[in-house]
Amino acid sequence: MNFNLDFLRFRFIALIASISFILVSLATISIQQLQLGLDFTGGTLVEVGFTETVDPEEIRTYLEGKQIDALVQAFGSDKDLLIKIPSSENIENANIVIDSLQQQYSFQLRRSGFVGPQVGGELRDQGGLGLLAALLVMMIYIMFRFQYKFAIGAVVALFHDVLIVLGIFSIIRLEFDLSVLAALMAVIGYSLNDTIVVSDRIRENFRAKRKLNSEQVINRSLNNTLGRTLITSLTTLLVLFSLLFLGGEIIRNFAIALSIGVVVGTYSSIYVLTNVLMSMNISAEDLAERTKDSFDDGMP
Amino acid sequence: MWKYILVLGVFLFGIIYALPNLSPPDPAVQVSLQSAGDSFDSRLVQSVKNIARNEGILDENIEVNQKSLLIRTDSYEEQIKLKDELRRELGPDYVVALNLAYSTPDWLQNLNASPLKLGLDLRGGIYFLLEVDTDSLIETRLEANAEDFKRRLREESLKFRSIESDKESVTFLFATDEDKSDSLSFLRGFLTDFEIIEESNSFKIKFSREGITSIQDYAVQQNLTTLRNRVNELGVSEPVVQREGAKRISVQLPGIQDTAEAKKIIGKTANLEFRLEANNRTLRSRKEPFDFRGVNVDLEKNIIISGDKVADANVGYDESGFPQVNITLDGEGGAKMHRSTRNNVGRKMAVLFIERKSAAKEVVLPDGTLDLIIEPVITKRVISLATIQSALPNRFRITGLDSPNEASELALLLRAGALAAPMEFVEESTVGPSLGAENIRLGVQSLILGLFLVLIFMVVYYKIFGLFANIAVIFNLILITAIMSILSATLTLPGIAGIVLTVGMAVDANVLIFSRIREELKNNSRATDAIIAGYDRAFVTILDANITTLIVAVILYAIGTGPIKGFAITLSIGIVTSMFTSILGTRAMVSLIYRKNNVRRLWI
Repeated sequence: MNFNLDFLRFRFIALIASISFILVSLATISIQQLQLGLDFTGGTLVEVGFTETVDPEEIRTYLEGKQIDALVQAFGSDKDLLIKIPSSENIENANIVIDSLQQQYSFQLRRSGFVGPQVGGELRDQGGLGLLAALLVMMIYIMFRFQYKFAIGAVVALFHDVLIVLGIFSIIRLEFDLSVLAALMAVIGYSLNDTIVVSDRIRENFRAKRKLNSEQVINRSLNNTLGRTLITSLTTLLVLFSLLFLGGEIIRNFAIALSIGVVVGTYSSIYVLTNVLMSMNISAEDLAERTKDSFDDGMP
Repeated sequence: MWKYILVLGVFLFGIIYALPNLSPPDPAVQVSLQSAGDSFDSRLVQSVKNIARNEGILDENIEVNQKSLLIRTDSYEEQIKLKDELRRELGPDYVVALNLAYSTPDWLQNLNASPLKLGLDLRGGIYFLLEVDTDSLIETRLEANAEDFKRRLREESLKFRSIESDKESVTFLFATDEDKSDSLSFLRGFLTDFEIIEESNSFKIKFSREGITSIQDYAVQQNLTTLRNRVNELGVSEPVVQREGAKRISVQLPGIQDTAEAKKIIGKTANLEFRLEANNRTLRSRKEPFDFRGVNVDLEKNIIISGDKVADANVGYDESGFPQVNITLDGEGGAKMHRSTRNNVGRKMAVLFIERKSAAKEVVLPDGTLDLIIEPVITKRVISLATIQSALPNRFRITGLDSPNEASELALLLRAGALAAPMEFVEESTVGPSLGAENIRLGVQSLILGLFLVLIFMVVYYKIFGLFANIAVIFNLILITAIMSILSATLTLPGIAGIVLTVGMAVDANVLIFSRIREELKNNSRATDAIIAGYDRAFVTILDANITTLIVAVILYAIGTGPIKGFAITLSIGIVTSMFTSILGTRAMVSLIYRKNNVRRLWI
């Protein structure tokens, strides 16, 4: 593929788009909040497979009659139900639900779970801390391998991606559980991958094509890597879609989060990084070759 | 040349260690004898065969070993049914346990090759997370130490006004500053685990951070051992009981579904204390009233030993056929018991059983709303009260029990009470076997579809080079499987997701290389030069990109629990192996085919 597109012509439009996406995400996260899953809130969950089609509302009313205040939703098929008691702190609740259901219905227990309140809170803190730690270590690595302007660009791009995925999860009210947190980490890894590939080419072109100005160098680099960026996103999306459609209910949200992340990450490696670099007046001098950088020299 | 050998070597290694996964272990039921001395007779083998036949299991699935029988079943559901059936039919003389029958050939077993372990989400089973309540142990220890110091000071005839302990500290009060210094210099040697805060005429001690850590470590370690023993009573194959962080223990019981039974055996969150009955010389503040069979008894607050010192307890019968409980203490417990009972022959000693549960309680908040809070409820009851006949060594017996039932219950409680500190369930999850099987099916299906789509795309887009990349991706999958099998890492559903993702991302390295080669060709390089330049230039980028992703994976592993860990393991293994296969692996193939210098055109 041979591209010659003037990406940076649209960089202000992209800037406005990114900022509004981020603002919308922040707004929805603070107003509508995230639908935190059991892993983070603590509580009880029971998944049961009935032999015949059931109406979740019927089960909910039935359980209510038994003094159990539960959320009941269809899970995957119309025979499977997910019963949740979000803020329950009694480990016996799962058994109480199962016993009450057994009095009237025939079903198979598929899984059940209980997370104590102390564990949920800890996980929330640990998860947030982990995300921050990951960001910090990577920033240091990029500063060391490239230059601080690239590190800032990469971190801004990562925040951008993570916030937008979170925003979309909040808007469409998808549950945010541990697997989605893992997906977010993977989004960070993936988006970083893209950002590094683009940065690498920008660095190389700044050094090789000294006659061009910054804008031309960045444009050239984006065109050079566009083919690769699109193909890798495509192959990753291919497997993600196969997870999405065949992977079952439990990893559905994981696949959704990662798919959104891949799309947003592809966009951010093109526009967010370059916008940050341009606004910090990146120039060839920033990337003057250091003798220590032996990886780049000596290669044919 | 060495590169070809390396690639070939790694390839062979991958194949060998991935091979056992082609024949996954069958769920099986193992029957063995309760006591080690006996051997099997043919009658037993025959009756096991009959029971198995009723369940539709063929004789050829029964493996007779010297000390055990292994019966292979087709599914985990059948396995559980068979276990219950065998337990009922064979009675208590035999141990019937769930197991796995490996079908790995001997020559592979000799190389230590074994199939992947499946996580609970794929196999079905129960997971518990328990938290050890070390605070209460620290409090008890502090009180015990206070008593001990008081005794030592008295023995040395050192003067003190009072020694009082609260939840966190012990305060020593003296008449003069001199008395304080004398006592402190005498006690200092015993106070290594403590922090000392001196004031005029008094000093205060509390456990130092190291002191607390060592008590915590002891408690968690002791509970871990007890839990392992209890889990073994459940007869589960390959249970995992391990420490999680400072105060928690996780228990994984693959293959079983009955949470109630498991919890009953694991969750006996009980402890025992041996205490003397109070007499008229006991201070009122050192007494605690209890009820024993409707009669009030006062016990001393001093604890002679607690349940973690009980090494064993079982039911026996004395000469005249009355039931008794034989107790064996560990060395430290025996010494303490001897010291305390020596001077108290004729007094009564009680065994106190302490059970801990949590109960929800409604409270009215200041703003008038109701809130549910969880409160630990502690119940203490006296399970035995008997007269001390002589100074007790580390083996002694409790007699005067009413019935064999009472004796066996007491023995059970004594054994079960061997917890250093009480525990509480903080997390629990159960996965049914049908869901586990479904998860495997879904995971494998999505892996195959994803792989298939990527392979097709690569061949269409990069032609012969796409084929190289495809071989590398498949090679990569084999390597991931092999390395996970060697590390005995557990494969979970998020782990499969990690592998699927690796497939998508693994081709990235090849895409980078191939785009470079195409670029070079466009700049009119010769074919062989284009290949060399393509690989060399892409290498830096691939390295940077993969190292950063690896950093994320390692951090994920370090902070993550459960599902996140599983995902992080496969992702990090995948990153490392994919670098190898997509750079060295494809390079070897490319150089092998385009060896000659006169290649005109690359089919890329």
